[in-house]
Amino acid sequence: MQVPAPFDYERATSVDHVLTLLAERPGDARIVAGGHSLLPMMKLRLAQPEMLIDINDLTDLDYIRVDGDEIAIGAMTRHAGLLSSALLGEHYRIFRDAERVIADPIVRNRGTIGGSLCQADPSEDLSAVASALRATVVIQSATGRRTVDARDFHQGPYETAVGDAEMLVEVRVPIRPGAGSAYEKVERRAGDWAVASAGAFVQLDGDTIKDVGLGLTAVGAPHFTCVEAEEALRGQAASAENVAAAAQLCHDACQPQADQRGPEDYKRHLARELSRRVLTTSIARARGEQS
Amino acid sequence: MQVTMTVNGNEVTEDIEPRLLLVHFVRDVLGLTGTHWGCDTSNCGACVLWLDDVPVKSCTTLAVMASGRSVRTVEDLAQGGVLDPVQEGFMQEHGLQCGFCTPGMLMTARWLLDHDADPDENTIREAIAGNVCRCTGYENIVRSIRWAAAHADGAEQQAAPATDEVTA
Repeated sequence: MQVPAPFDYERATSVDHVLTLLAERPGDARIVAGGHSLLPMMKLRLAQPEMLIDINDLTDLDYIRVDGDEIAIGAMTRHAGLLSSALLGEHYRIFRDAERVIADPIVRNRGTIGGSLCQADPSEDLSAVASALRATVVIQSATGRRTVDARDFHQGPYETAVGDAEMLVEVRVPIRPGAGSAYEKVERRAGDWAVASAGAFVQLDGDTIKDVGLGLTAVGAPHFTCVEAEEALRGQAASAENVAAAAQLCHDACQPQADQRGPEDYKRHLARELSRRVLTTSIARARGEQS
Repeated sequence: MQVTMTVNGNEVTEDIEPRLLLVHFVRDVLGLTGTHWGCDTSNCGACVLWLDDVPVKSCTTLAVMASGRSVRTVEDLAQGGVLDPVQEGFMQEHGLQCGFCTPGMLMTARWLLDHDADPDENTIREAIAGNVCRCTGYENIVRSIRWAAAHADGAEQQAAPATDEVTA
């Protein structure tokens, strides 16, 4: 029987309430949203916060909407909401691709985008999606809001840019008209963490790659991406040869660790092959050749 | 700390530790042992119940998180001594062998059919991807849910077994 260590529990009524509670217990308190990453860690005693702040009543943080030239996603938006969103489906198929393979439908009813990013698991799928899209993350504190690039958000396994008395409140993704995007994951069984995953978006100007973003997870890719591959593709022809060369750079740049999910060379192979596939699909979608 | 919630339509108030998981609350505090405690790691789905009308894994939800909300467990499926069509379907199509996964399967299936009255096989298989069965190979579970979809009006339903048989 897995039982968390004892803790105090508070249910927050507003973001300000969360920030007040965090300030009262610096370093001791953790925010819980869906709880499907944090509670398993607590059951295994890998995490032992002395206080949990439940933010499930903050339903005003559950939204996906256009805000200027960006899509704004509230921190309490659940995986199921990301999967079913027509707005995200229209602009970024990468979310639908990824959400279909994140955990299972029941877990997706609980887990949130804010919780997933703040858990900062090295195999987290949404971290790769946010990195691929060069999203930004809005962090709120008692003194105001600040914005951090998704690629600077993760500072190591289970470590983020969110300070002790701060809270992630929103994820923002630039709208890129005409962009195609895609996500692919290899997992040992349905709903598992990734052996490796890759995500991409591609924006075309004729047959030239105007802009591109790559995301990689579970393969030790710095900042969940491969900037070498992105730089190699930008301004180049959207050809199979160029895509294959960029995928090889992903293979070379990642730093996977052998574990129960596979040896290092297999994970490097997956980084290359999945990068090639998501870039190819993104190009096809940008051209309107594939739904 | 004190929690108050609605469970299967009844308001309950209990004094519990914040670290008590919802699955243990319904089973050990309320005595509703229809919800099963399986893998304890949010993988198997035997503990699925509804929290505010959405299926969740109760081994990965704190009971205090359900305070002020409504919980529905498998005990609430049969109404007035008549089985829910999904329960009837699992009987008619042999959707269980050992029965351990069945409560979670039933709660997931009921929610699916409430939102998609005529799901195809792929839709059913995706919907139950968070519910693991080690006996049936899923074929008969898919048939059972299809049966329930085809008999949503309650036709051919039998009387529910006596309560002590259901909870034994």
